[in-house]
Amino acid sequence: MTFFFEVLIGGLLAGVMYSLVALGFVMIFKASGVFNFAQGALVLFAALTFVGFMEKGLPFWVAMAVTLAVMMGSAILIERFVLRPLVNQPPITLFMATIGLSFLLEGLGQGLWGSQVRALDIGIEDLPFDVLGMTFSKFDFFAAGCAALLVGALVLFFNKTRVGLALRAVADDHQAALAVGIPLQFVWAVVWAVAGLVALVAGLLWGSRLGVQFSLSLVALKALPVLILGGFTSIAGAIVGGLIIGASEKLAEVFIGPYFGGAIENWFPYMLALAFLLIRPQGLFGEKIIERV
Amino acid sequence: MKRINLVGLAVGAGLALGAVGPAWAQANEQFVPMPIYRTGPYAAGGTGVFGAFMDYLALINERDGGLNGVKFTWEECETAYDNARGVECYERLKGKGPTGAAMFHPLSTGITYSVFEKGAVDKVPVVSIGYGRGDAMDGRVFPYLFPLITTYWSQNTAKIKYIGMKEGGMDKLKGKKLANIYHDSAYGKETIDILNKQAAMYGFEVKHFPVAHPGLDQKAVWLQIKQMAPDWVILRGWGVMNPTALKEAQRVNFPREKIVGVWWSGSEEDVRPAGAAAKGYVAAGFHPAGKNFPVIKDVEKFVYGKKKGNVEAERVGTIYYNRGIIHGIVSVEAMRVAQEKFGKKPLTGEQIAWGLENLNITAERIKALGAEGLLQPLKTSCLDHEGGGAVKFQQWDGDKWVIVTDWIEADKKLVRPLAEESAAKYAKEKNITPRTCN
Repeated sequence: MTFFFEVLIGGLLAGVMYSLVALGFVMIFKASGVFNFAQGALVLFAALTFVGFMEKGLPFWVAMAVTLAVMMGSAILIERFVLRPLVNQPPITLFMATIGLSFLLEGLGQGLWGSQVRALDIGIEDLPFDVLGMTFSKFDFFAAGCAALLVGALVLFFNKTRVGLALRAVADDHQAALAVGIPLQFVWAVVWAVAGLVALVAGLLWGSRLGVQFSLSLVALKALPVLILGGFTSIAGAIVGGLIIGASEKLAEVFIGPYFGGAIENWFPYMLALAFLLIRPQGLFGEKIIERV
Repeated sequence: MKRINLVGLAVGAGLALGAVGPAWAQANEQFVPMPIYRTGPYAAGGTGVFGAFMDYLALINERDGGLNGVKFTWEECETAYDNARGVECYERLKGKGPTGAAMFHPLSTGITYSVFEKGAVDKVPVVSIGYGRGDAMDGRVFPYLFPLITTYWSQNTAKIKYIGMKEGGMDKLKGKKLANIYHDSAYGKETIDILNKQAAMYGFEVKHFPVAHPGLDQKAVWLQIKQMAPDWVILRGWGVMNPTALKEAQRVNFPREKIVGVWWSGSEEDVRPAGAAAKGYVAAGFHPAGKNFPVIKDVEKFVYGKKKGNVEAERVGTIYYNRGIIHGIVSVEAMRVAQEKFGKKPLTGEQIAWGLENLNITAERIKALGAEGLLQPLKTSCLDHEGGGAVKFQQWDGDKWVIVTDWIEADKKLVRPLAEESAAKYAKEKNITPRTCN
C-alpha cells in the first residue's frame, strides 16, 4: 500500500509540472479562442534565452528580468505581425498561424543560442527525502509551490484588474469587445506576454530537470490531455486536470503497464482524456457552449 | 551589330566555360552524404558526430589536398532523426557527385533499418559505426551493411563482463538482479534478446523497462526500479532520456556507480544537464574524449584555424565530436583501400564497399593517422563486417569522463553464432542466397 501511495503522490507532483505548461495554453485560449500550438516552443525559447543570458555573465535575477522583457517584446511582435492581420478570421486560421510561429520560435531560439544541451541550476536541490517509507524530491514540492503562486497571481489578475476584465470580454466576443471600446490589440499583447511569463516559469522548472534543450518544446505534449480533461478556458481546470493526468498515468504505468509491455504513460493520458470527452465534451471546468441555429 | 555579336559571343563563351568549369572540377571529387540532425530532441548527437565527420573530410582536403588528389564534397540533409526523412535524404543524395554517394551513414538505428535494403539494391554501402542491427556483422547476408567497430550485441557482452568484473567474477553474477531501461525504439530494443540469453547463461535475473520517446518523465519507471531493487541498471537511453534517468535515479537513491550506459548515453551532453546526479555514472565507449591527439590538433590547425569548422569550436574533443572524427577516419581509410585496388579516382559505392570489407587499420596505421589511443585496431572481411568489438568503460567524475578500464573484448563466441543464426533467418525470409566468402 505504501508503494501505491508513493506512486500516487509522485504522479500528483508530476501533474503539477504538466499543469504549468497547460496554464500557458489556457491564457491564450481564454483571450482569443485560439489553441496556441506554439506554447511548447515558447517554453523552449524562454529557457534558451534565460540560459543564454546567464552564459553571457548576467546574474540570475537580471537574466530573469531581461528574459521576461524579451518575452514581452516577442508578445508585442506576435500581436503586431501574426495576430492583428488575422482579427475576425476563423479560429482554424489563427491555429495554423501558431503552428508556423512554433517552427519560427524553435528555429530562432536555436539559431540565436545554439542547439547544444545546457545545464540549468536554479539553486533548488533535486535530492530525495523519506516520509513514512516513501521517497520524494524537494524539487517537486518547490515546483508545486511555484505553480500555486502562479495560479494565485493569475486568478487575481483575471478577476481583480481592469485588464483581466477586458481580457474576459475579448474572450467572450472579439467584435462585441471592440464595439464597447476595448483595445483588442493591447489585450492580446498583454495575454501573450502573460503566456510568455508562464512559459518562462515552466521553462526554468522543466529546464532544470531535463537540461535546456530542444526536448523542452515537447513538454507541450504532456499538457494536451490536461487541457482536454480540465477544459481549455479554466485555470482551475488546468491544475485539476494536471493532477488527474499525472496521477493516473503513473498508476497506469506501474500497475497496468506491465500487461501491455510497458511505456504506456505516453498514450494512456490521451485515452483517458478521450474517454472523458464522451461524458463531458467541454472538459471538467470548460464552458458549455450553446449556439442557436 | 557586329560589336553586339562579339559581346554576345564573349558572354556565351564565358557561360559555356562557367558550365564546363564545375563539371571538370567535379570529375575529381568524391561525394559523401551527410544525413545530419541539427534539429529535434537528438540534435546534440547529430551536430557533434556529423560536424566532426565533415571537419575530418575538410582536414583531408585542406591538409593533404584530398585523398590522393580526390577532393571530398558533401551535402547536408536534415533528418531530425526521423525515419521517413532519413529515407528521403537517402533517395535525394544517393546519386549525387560524379560517381554517386560513396556511402551512407544514417546515425540512427531506425534509419539504418529503413535504408539498408535500398543500399543493397543501389550498391551504396550503409555504414553504422557503433549502432544498427547486430546480425549485419555477417557480411555474407548483408554485403552493403557495415556495423563497424562494435555492434550493440558485442558491447552488451562487454558490459556484462564489466559488471562481472566488478562483482568479482562472472560466476558471481548468479542470482544478481539487472534492470534494463531502454528507449522504446528499434535502437533500444536491439539488446533485449541477447540480454535474456546472457541472463540464462550466467544465472542473473533481468527485467526490461521501456521508456517512451523522448523520455521526459520517468518517475513511474524509476519507482518500479526502486521496488525491484536491482544490483545493476543498464541504461540504453538517447538524448534527453539520459539526464532525466540520472536525475530520477538520484531521486530514488539508486547509486549511479551501478548504472552502466551504452555509448549513446555516454556523452557530455548526457551528463552535464543532470549536474551532481550524474557523478559516478559509468558508460561504455569505443573511444575516449579529449583533444590530445595529433589528428584533433590538425583539425584545429587546418580547419578551425581557417574558420572552416562545422560545429562550435568548444565542442572539439567531446565524446560526440571524437566519434565523428572516427567516422571520418574509418570512411576515408576504406576509400583509401579501395583506391589502391581501383585507382586513385572517385569511386562508386560498390568499389568502396570492397574497401570497407578489406579494412586493416593496424596500430601502426593508427599512429600514422595521429589517432593513437583514439581508435582501436580494425580488421574487416567479407565474413566480418564489424571488425573490432572491444569496449572501454568510462566514469563521469562530475566534470569529465575518466576511462576506468582497458579494452574489454566482446564475447564473440556468444555473439557470432547468434548473429549468423539471425542473419540466416533474415536471408530465408527475404529469399537471399548468402555470398561465399573465401
